[in-house]
Amino acid sequence: MTIGLTSYLIVSALLFCLGLFAVVTRKNAILVLMGLELILNAANINFIAFAKYGGFNIEGHVAVIFVIILAAAEAAVALAIVLNIYQNYRHLNVDEINKLKN
Amino acid sequence: MDIISILFLVFAAVVIGSAGVVVFSKNIMFSAFALLFTLFGIAGLYVLLNADFIAITQIMIYIGGILVLIIFGVMLTTKITQIEFRGGLSGKIQLGTAGLATALLAFTLVTVFMKSNWLLKGDPNKVAETTVNSIGTMLLSEYLIQFEIASVLLLVAIIGATFIARRK
Repeated sequence: MTIGLTSYLIVSALLFCLGLFAVVTRKNAILVLMGLELILNAANINFIAFAKYGGFNIEGHVAVIFVIILAAAEAAVALAIVLNIYQNYRHLNVDEINKLKN
Repeated sequence: MDIISILFLVFAAVVIGSAGVVVFSKNIMFSAFALLFTLFGIAGLYVLLNADFIAITQIMIYIGGILVLIIFGVMLTTKITQIEFRGGLSGKIQLGTAGLATALLAFTLVTVFMKSNWLLKGDPNKVAETTVNSIGTMLLSEYLIQFEIASVLLLVAIIGATFIARRK
């Protein structure tokens, strides 16, 4: 078995599906965020794999840098919102959080 | 088997295995720490793909920044052990449906990836060289506007996060 583009794509596909499963099934908002991070990382693996094997070279790397920047911004704002939700509701069950105000 | 294949298999096993712990663990703290190993494994995959700068960025931003933020979020909000999956009969049905759908999606994706004939223009045997110089040149020439917008976005995110999270 040689390690080629397909091997990396399979790893990223499995990672994506695990992340999607976490987003869909977990009740805790922070675990949903962790699933989102898994999904973003799966996309990044694809970018880098195609940068090496598909001949996109540095452009793939630049795309990954922008994804990481967006992930950092998203994590900061999302966790601030999560803290605020916890102050109001005293739990983080995404099924029962259905009001923006009072 | 050469050393690259062995390393790839090790990193892939670390990534998928600890991602499984993240998703299926009932203890949210275990999930947070398993995420650490997932992110490290992905950094290892980046090194195998000749992406040295991205690997370091991954370790510094994801592990040093986002993961610490997530662990703080866990410790500030959650009672550590609680059953996180949906409960009851309807919850089990939802869980089964979601599992079936994601397994089907994984199967489809893997099949498509195995069967596809990619148009590969890259030369995987090219001697690896550092990517830092070319990434820097690219960011300050071709992607300059996106780069500046990203910096403004980070500023907005900082202000927004502190504004939202402050106590009233």
